[in-house]
Amino acid sequence: MRRIELEYFAQLHDAAGCAAERRETEADTAAALYDELCAIHGFSLSPACMRVAVNAAFCPWDQPLRDGDHVVFIPPVSGG
Amino acid sequence: MADAPVAIGVLQRELLLPQAGGFCSFEGWVRQTNDGRAVSGIDYKAFRPLALTEGQAILEEATARFAICAATAMHRIGYLAVGETAVWIGVAAPHRDAAFGACRFIIDEIKRRVPIWKQEHYEAGETGWVACHDVR
Repeated sequence: MRRIELEYFAQLHDAAGCAAERRETEADTAAALYDELCAIHGFSLSPACMRVAVNAAFCPWDQPLRDGDHVVFIPPVSGG
Repeated sequence: MADAPVAIGVLQRELLLPQAGGFCSFEGWVRQTNDGRAVSGIDYKAFRPLALTEGQAILEEATARFAICAATAMHRIGYLAVGETAVWIGVAAPHRDAAFGACRFIIDEIKRRVPIWKQEHYEAGETGWVACHDVR
C-alpha cells in the first residue's frame, strides 16, 4: 500500500467534495490511481483531456507512484 | 500570482531597460458576458507551485525564442469583478516585431498550459467552470 496526498481543482474538487485528501492505495501508477478515484468520487473527466502532476511537476500517466507522493490531476486549464 | 490588484506601473518600470527600444503589453480583463451569459465575476483558482514553475518556464522559452530583453507576467487568483485585470504580460525588446511576437506567445502558452482555472459567476446566480483549452 502507498500513502498518496491528493489535491483537487476545478471540476474534480466539486466532484470529490474536498480540496485535498490522503488515501492509501494499491494503484501503482497515476493512471491506475485516477481509475480508482473515478469509481470512488464519480469523476467524469477523461484522462485524455487532462495532465497529471506528481510532486508539483508534470509527469507521464504511467509514472510509478511512490509512498508519500503528492498527486494532482490537472483538468483542462482556463487561465488568462 | 497575485491575490490582490497589482500596480501595473511597477511591473512595467522593471522592463524599462536601456537596451530596449520597444515595449508591448497584453492585459486580460474580466468580461461581462461569456457565450451569451451575463457574468458578474470570475473566481480564479491555481495549483500554485506548478503554475509558478510553468509560468517561469514560459518566460524563459519566450526569451530563448524571441530577440527580447525581458518579459514579465502576472496572473490574479481569487474573485475578480467585471472590468478587473486578470492577467498582464509585458515584454521589452530592441525592436517591435520580437516584442509583439513574444507577448502573443506568452499569453497563448499561459492559456494553454498553466494550471489555472476560472469559475464564472453568472448574474442568474449559478457558477460554471470554463471549458477548456487544449492542455497538451
